[in-house]
Amino acid sequence: MTREENDYAPLKLHVPEPPVRPGDTPTFDKFEVPEAGSVRKPPIDTDFDDIRDLGFDIIRVLDDEGKAVGPWAEDISDEQLQAGLRAMMRTRAFDERMLKAQRQGKTSFYIQCTGEEAIATGHQLALRQGDMNFPTYRQQGLLLAQDMDLGRMMNQIYSNEKDELRGRQLPVLYSFKEEGFFTISGNLSTQYIQAVGWAMASAIKGDTKVASAWIGDGATAEGDFHTALVFASVYKPPVILNVVDNQWAISSFHGIAGAESSTFAERAHGYGLPSLRVDGNDWVAVYAASRWAIERARRGHGPTMIEWVTYRAGAHSTSDDPSKYRPKTEHEAWPLGDPIKRMKQHLIARGLWSEERHTQAEAQYADEMREAAIEAESNGTLHDGPGPSAAEMFEQVYKDVPPHLRRQRQKMGI
Amino acid sequence: MFDDKPETTRMNMIQAIRDAQDVMLGKDENVVVFGEDVGYFGGVFRCTEGLQAKYGKQRVFDAPISESGIVGAAIGMGAYGLRPCVEVQFADYVFPAYDQISQEAARLRYRSNGQFTAPLVIRMPTGGGIFGGQTHSQSPETLFTHVSGLKTVIPSNPYDAKGMLIASIEDDDPVIFLEPKRLYNGPFDGHHDKPVVPWSKHPKGEVPTGHYTVPLGKADIVREGKDVTILAYGTMVFVAETAANETGIDAEIIDLRSLLPLDIETIVESVKKTGRCVIVHEATITSGFGGELSALVQEECFYHLEAPIERVAGWDTPYPHAQEWHYFPGPARVGEALKSVMEAV
Repeated sequence: MTREENDYAPLKLHVPEPPVRPGDTPTFDKFEVPEAGSVRKPPIDTDFDDIRDLGFDIIRVLDDEGKAVGPWAEDISDEQLQAGLRAMMRTRAFDERMLKAQRQGKTSFYIQCTGEEAIATGHQLALRQGDMNFPTYRQQGLLLAQDMDLGRMMNQIYSNEKDELRGRQLPVLYSFKEEGFFTISGNLSTQYIQAVGWAMASAIKGDTKVASAWIGDGATAEGDFHTALVFASVYKPPVILNVVDNQWAISSFHGIAGAESSTFAERAHGYGLPSLRVDGNDWVAVYAASRWAIERARRGHGPTMIEWVTYRAGAHSTSDDPSKYRPKTEHEAWPLGDPIKRMKQHLIARGLWSEERHTQAEAQYADEMREAAIEAESNGTLHDGPGPSAAEMFEQVYKDVPPHLRRQRQKMGI
Repeated sequence: MFDDKPETTRMNMIQAIRDAQDVMLGKDENVVVFGEDVGYFGGVFRCTEGLQAKYGKQRVFDAPISESGIVGAAIGMGAYGLRPCVEVQFADYVFPAYDQISQEAARLRYRSNGQFTAPLVIRMPTGGGIFGGQTHSQSPETLFTHVSGLKTVIPSNPYDAKGMLIASIEDDDPVIFLEPKRLYNGPFDGHHDKPVVPWSKHPKGEVPTGHYTVPLGKADIVREGKDVTILAYGTMVFVAETAANETGIDAEIIDLRSLLPLDIETIVESVKKTGRCVIVHEATITSGFGGELSALVQEECFYHLEAPIERVAGWDTPYPHAQEWHYFPGPARVGEALKSVMEAV
């Protein structure tokens, strides 16, 4: 065939682009926001096939006026709602304080979760003692929703002499076994299949504990995301497969992760797994959906994937400058708003909160964080004050220090 | 180890490995066994035959074809408190799991300061000499010995295989357990033209019934000698023995058994005695484990050495099919190296 006979147009590689870039006016006009209360609440023993539509919809409870509407609003106590707001506010206050500490050179690195506070705090309050989270680096809310000693988290961030991980691990890659918080790895997605394995173990032992797996939108492109779904599908262990779609993976918008014309929740359907898609900035919806999936898992009905639709309002990390790849004010245009503002509006409308109490609480949590930070800093910061000894570098590589590591330690003269 | 002479049974390496898992499944209810074709079918090499029928599907089961899934799930189970002993069908197929092995299993204890551990065993058939071609013959041990936090072991006979596998399952650190598939049914010295002798004719095919361990980190001197030290493991132990016999050189052969932790004392003592050292392995030579051994011997025994250290290893090529016996380091090549170190002044 000659070139003239070729009636095919030259092919072209499709490279997805976010709708706007720095300098453009932020827009989410392609993002459809379903009405609050419009999505049904199925029974926990539902077949995945009967709720496929929920993988495309968005479960929302709080409407624009802050009213809790629809079936997912039911049976949540006032105390629980107030605990939710407090947990979110404390998480944001913690982030603000630690961001400042990083800017002051007291630690090398920090990762905030601004705008995503509802997801981890709401989920944690639906879990039980003994359940295990397999978090990423952006689920500090799981810890702050608990009655957690802030100093223990800060000591890790400062790599100081009281750091429970003995200075071996990058800041925010916490590990708190008793608090159901699995050791965070820098390698993305690895924890997703590990969570499935943990849940398989719970099932093998006839236990009633559940595991919660966490992953971001970008990391769903890793092989272990797929691996986890396959194993979850095959063995049906008690695991909740959380996908936090905050629209951004560092500088890549979620279209680069494969979400240009599909949801993450619908990924589950191909594996025969049920999924929900939930407004991640609606604390009430987060709590209700988490409780549903956790109860479903604990009763032996198997895994559920939940896509949390949210927006990464802050920088990716303290090493990132988002103004280089997205409009500076894009977070203000995000249609699902700010989770703290929405919860505050709801509780005020219910007479469970007030502007005064909110202002008071903000000041109180800022004070709490400052005091905790001062206390933690007295144990040392990264470049200042006491830290873990160099000799500890050689410990816990193995259960016992083997001869070759003993020799290397001696070579250091310690 | 035992006080009285234990009861023994004749076993090949497959049966010994199966028996080790049987013993541990019976002894510790936290032991679980899974992998591709490991459950109902009993493994493509029969190493888990009958275990599912005996212990049930909650303890021994088939897994999807996903090495990162098998190892990743095992890590999660280990974090819960189980002791998974998982199989990767061929060492050549471990690479999809390399992230989970090297970045997760190996580091769980270190990065959590002991809060979470990975007491797993990852079994995998390794090595060539079976016309396995490029993806059924590789020896990837260096990819594991280079990772801090892992233990890497490789038995060469049924007795060691059972004792070392029990020790590995009981070990609280993650263990890479390499099984030379060429040795599954009988010892092999590289003379592919001769009929295979089964393990039933070899003293190491006499395996105690029940529980016993062969400690990790301890080498075994399989042949005492005074002229030269041969460091070998896996199939190469038998190749080395034959090369020594054929050349008439009085070689001391050390079966390392455990690459990490390494029994450096046994090695150093032997080389200081003989003054010469030949290192033999199937894996490709560049950056192979022989490089590490050579460096250690040089550092520890420099003033005792009477000849340069020689390495006999696989060539730096992918493992070929038709050229099997040109690639595989057989007794002739090892014999040449032995003569060469003996001739050096």
